[in-house]
Amino acid sequence: MTSRSPRSRSAALGRNRASRITGFAAAAIAAALVLAACAPGSGGSNDTSSTNNAGAGTTAPGATGADGSGAAGSAAGGSGAAGSGAAGSGAAGSGAAGGAAAPDPSTFGDVTLTVWDQEVRGGQDQQIKKLNEEFQAKYPNIKIKRVSRSFDDLTKTLRLALTGNEAPDVVQANNTRSQMGEFVKAKQIINLDSYAKTYGWDQRYPQSVRNASSYSADGKTFGSGSLYGLPQVGELIGVYYNTDKLAALGIQPPKTWAEFDAALAAAKAKGEQPLVLGNLDKWPAIHVFGVVQGRYTQAEQIRQLGFGQPGTDWNAEGNVKAAQQLKDWVDKGYLSKDVNAQGYDPAWQGFSKGTGVFLIAGSWLQSDLSKAMKDKVKFMLPPPSEADGGKVVTTGATGLPFAITSKAKNPDAAAAYINFLTNENAMKVLAETGNLPIVDTAKQKAPDALGTDVFTAFDTVSTDDGLVPYLDWATPTMSDTLGAALQDLLAGRTSPEDTMKTLQQDYSDFTSGQ
Amino acid sequence: MSAPTANTAAPARPPSELGNGAKRARSGPPGEPRKVAYLFILPAFAVYAAFALYPLGKAVYLSFFEWDGLTLGTWAGLSNYTDVLSNERLRGAFLHSLVLIGFYAVIPLVVGLILAAILHRARVWGLGFFRSVVFLPQVVPMVVIAVAWRQLYAPDGSLNSALSGIGLDSLTRGWLGDYDWALPAVGFIGTWFEIGLVTVLMMAGMSRIPTQQYEAARLDGAGPVREFFAVTLPAVRGQISVALTLTVIASLKTFDLIYMTTKGGPGYQTTVPSYEVYRQAFEQGKVGLASAIGVLLTIVIFAISFVITRVGDRDTETS
Repeated sequence: MTSRSPRSRSAALGRNRASRITGFAAAAIAAALVLAACAPGSGGSNDTSSTNNAGAGTTAPGATGADGSGAAGSAAGGSGAAGSGAAGSGAAGSGAAGGAAAPDPSTFGDVTLTVWDQEVRGGQDQQIKKLNEEFQAKYPNIKIKRVSRSFDDLTKTLRLALTGNEAPDVVQANNTRSQMGEFVKAKQIINLDSYAKTYGWDQRYPQSVRNASSYSADGKTFGSGSLYGLPQVGELIGVYYNTDKLAALGIQPPKTWAEFDAALAAAKAKGEQPLVLGNLDKWPAIHVFGVVQGRYTQAEQIRQLGFGQPGTDWNAEGNVKAAQQLKDWVDKGYLSKDVNAQGYDPAWQGFSKGTGVFLIAGSWLQSDLSKAMKDKVKFMLPPPSEADGGKVVTTGATGLPFAITSKAKNPDAAAAYINFLTNENAMKVLAETGNLPIVDTAKQKAPDALGTDVFTAFDTVSTDDGLVPYLDWATPTMSDTLGAALQDLLAGRTSPEDTMKTLQQDYSDFTSGQ
Repeated sequence: MSAPTANTAAPARPPSELGNGAKRARSGPPGEPRKVAYLFILPAFAVYAAFALYPLGKAVYLSFFEWDGLTLGTWAGLSNYTDVLSNERLRGAFLHSLVLIGFYAVIPLVVGLILAAILHRARVWGLGFFRSVVFLPQVVPMVVIAVAWRQLYAPDGSLNSALSGIGLDSLTRGWLGDYDWALPAVGFIGTWFEIGLVTVLMMAGMSRIPTQQYEAARLDGAGPVREFFAVTLPAVRGQISVALTLTVIASLKTFDLIYMTTKGGPGYQTTVPSYEVYRQAFEQGKVGLASAIGVLLTIVIFAISFVITRVGDRDTETS
């Protein structure tokens, strides 16, 4: 999911942007002094292609195939045996709640688990450290060797790591086709269905959440089939609003889409910027479009589009209407005319400083906005869909799921670890450290008032089955196609109909090849 | 020095040793490197081969496969190359990088020459300081530069405030989001970045011109402009070819700047080959296609630098 990658970077860069020209001067001077050692700064660009070459060089296509399939074959056999054993023990304790029949990890002997995660930022890092410590204290025979990388690093290195001989046991793999899908296809991560029964994951996690880490055995069908990973946290797109501005405009938080339209018009009439969006980074408009699409299209159809499953059509009326509405928002001035020139971070930072009334964005901005705006900001779900019987439909997903590699020396221990990272205690730890726990969300205590809004919203929409996947998950090329198509649409260079035709082309090229 | 000493000392030495030396000296024409010289370059060559030639060969090899980086690749022949040439967007990427040559190489060269000529003539006090200031962009990592310029170009950034400050409101726009202006805006960052390098190179070249040549030119009644074209310019041809080679390569391999500023947008207006290599290989798992783009880019860079050095060398020989 490209949408996640800019986000993690954005947080790092965001702070740098606080000051304008002074920041620039300071940055230039600081960089000149500190980084003089690595003078040819542009050298990095060259490295990309050479890394690629060198990386590819370590494993020739032929070699990988021979290697991979051999290892995968044996691992599949191994996990099959382990799985049936586990399932057997599950059956023995039949009737008991999933967890009760689970094997006891302290009987696994001495195990070292190498885990690759990307939980590097503040609260993420805290929670995983805490859970790792608790796990090792509880099961001293299992040692966790943690390798943490930034999301970008993980994306780039995971492919190579999985083909190497020193492959990690547990990895966080992005849900997308280009990551998890490819790993499933190459049989580099294992099917978790038997563990899901043993540990009762199939009851703890709602279907819509499990779907986002599910693939068919050949990796071609996304969103159904077997479970290949388990996430810790959730995320969703909703509407942040500035409570002061709404009060000044004399309007209530909109409960229907018609009220939302009216609120935007009222804000524009008073000279406010009704909606905040910075789309220079290409992907932010995808999130806004996803929310608008939920107004006109049924969740089931968006899901098919988002998972890239055949059988539906981007040219459908609801999708065109959604594109038309986005265009109208620009034409009426609800969105700034410079929407494609504004960066994502400056846009939401502007909102936090009092520019604009509504901000359609992800739950990951909650802590930053809460810090900056205190009680002047609230979060709500988009109004109920007009096409789906009053159900709230919005884009949302899971954090990066944890998966077990086919080279894992002890898959049972790996499964026990994943179970520990996602059990009830873990959800509590996640909430305490400022993350959005993916299940039992409403039961947890949120860090602040805005957090409570987000927790409640996520719980409502996930139990109501209204979460739809990121649209750029659909095909390997969709993130790019959709990002560019929406920039074209917002700039008024293509009509809503043509925009949808472009997307349909990408979608049908992919689904017909399946 | 050692050879004559050996000769004069020869009578005192045992004949066998003399014979040895004579044999060795006869093994090739005088002044030609002996075969053992290849042994001396072997370590450097081994490193070069391992980290440059081998990956290059591998990339060429991979470019004939359809490979996702994980599963078994299939032989694709030349189809990756035909894909690059037939795909409008990938062709566009190469076209954009040609436009960037103008911004990275041509404009900095012109401006750099003028700046250097002025600084060289004027002999200003604190020249070292000015030289450092002009060179500063080269020292700053491109990522920092990109972030800084992103702020300058923002809709509410310094460039637009400056323009409206002097009454040019009609010129303000969202630079990086504008379909016509995004590529020039990105290119201008390259111009700013390369001017320093070119200027310093040119100043180094000009400082080596004997002052007699200028005196002669002045005696013949040449003004500053005539002096520049008749004396300065021909003398720095070597530096010009070096500067052009460096800046053209920098423009063709641009990646970080695009990645940090526009991600190839708006639409596909600013996408470049290196960015496509990254996108195809790491985001879309088309390692074969990415390698093909990389190989084509290498060929383009090689061809252009070959022409530049050829032209540069010929000029220095004739002058």
